[in-house]
Amino acid sequence: MKYAIQINEGPYQHQATDTAYHFAKAALEKGHEISRVFLYHDGVNNSTRITTPPQDDRHIVNRWAELAEKHNLDMVVCVAAAQRRGIVDDGEAQRNGKDATNIHPAFRISGLGQLIEAAVESDRLMVFGD
Amino acid sequence: MSDIKKFMYVNRRAPYGTVYALESLEVVLIGAAFDQDVSLAFIGDGVFQLKAGQNGSDSDQKNFSPIYQALGDYDVTKLYVEKESLEERGLTLEDLMPLTYEDEDDDYEEKDSIRVISRAEMTDLLDQQDVLFNF
Amino acid sequence: MSILHTVNKSPFEKSSLNDCLSHSADGSAILLIEDGVYAAMQGTNVEAEIKNAMGSKKVYALGPDVKLRGLSVDRIIDGIEVVDYAGFVDLTESNDKVQAWL
Repeated sequence: MKYAIQINEGPYQHQATDTAYHFAKAALEKGHEISRVFLYHDGVNNSTRITTPPQDDRHIVNRWAELAEKHNLDMVVCVAAAQRRGIVDDGEAQRNGKDATNIHPAFRISGLGQLIEAAVESDRLMVFGD
Repeated sequence: MSDIKKFMYVNRRAPYGTVYALESLEVVLIGAAFDQDVSLAFIGDGVFQLKAGQNGSDSDQKNFSPIYQALGDYDVTKLYVEKESLEERGLTLEDLMPLTYEDEDDDYEEKDSIRVISRAEMTDLLDQQDVLFNF
Repeated sequence: MSILHTVNKSPFEKSSLNDCLSHSADGSAILLIEDGVYAAMQGTNVEAEIKNAMGSKKVYALGPDVKLRGLSVDRIIDGIEVVDYAGFVDLTESNDKVQAWL
């Protein structure tokens, strides 16, 4: 089975990204494929490089990055939602005159078309939100 | 060539208090280019998104309701509004924006995009979809 | 075609459980996750609704979320099946699509 995953909320504020992570991990362990993880609305905040959660708590961003690396996941951040909320990569910094970038390298910024495409190509769309 | 899928965008939230209504509309517009069988469902507070007369002149939030008017031009012509959700909120079809599209298969006759259906019909409709988006 | 409905909010906070129950066809599956698991407990004022739904639909609760919230499995409504994340994945496979009642 091929899954497209949409995450609508940011790290720690809502459980959405935790549930998405554990679901993704379980699906992969069962041999399923994840075509794309798409971050939308405040979900784009799961892609910032510079979080410092408490030492004794789960590191949500790094956890996603590790899972992505292990399974070659496509972690996509919606460009419009990212611009609104200040998730910036080199391209966006140049284009929009920002003096910093903050995106974690495991994630890439792209258009909403990536969500639609994933939904077209996958067997199931999973939405995690509030 | 892959089969066309039935895509439904489920809207359950009021506009402006949260961003979901606006950002879900942005998905619909982009999605329109992908040639799937698209429809929108307005359930619960989602029906408020279609309320006529939205006016941002005393607000600095943009009144984005005109985007719904443009949906017809994007071939998004099936907007299902739940009757019970309207009634619970003291609304009728007349309180909503008159959204229309031009039916190219019928001499470009102007038709209503909003279809008011019952909760039972909405339940069936959800069952008929291939992909359900929620925001 | 059957839907797996997920409900992630507490029935005392939002109408999402209600919306799910009133929009789910006979034979569908309902999985309570995150704060939605509070609806699985005995003795609440939504117990009757859940039991009624169970007459024609199968209701599940996500175990890790139940445990995390200090809800004991023996106080879950009889007939609700507790599943783990692997079980969650299985439910998405055995049903045709997922409707997330956020």
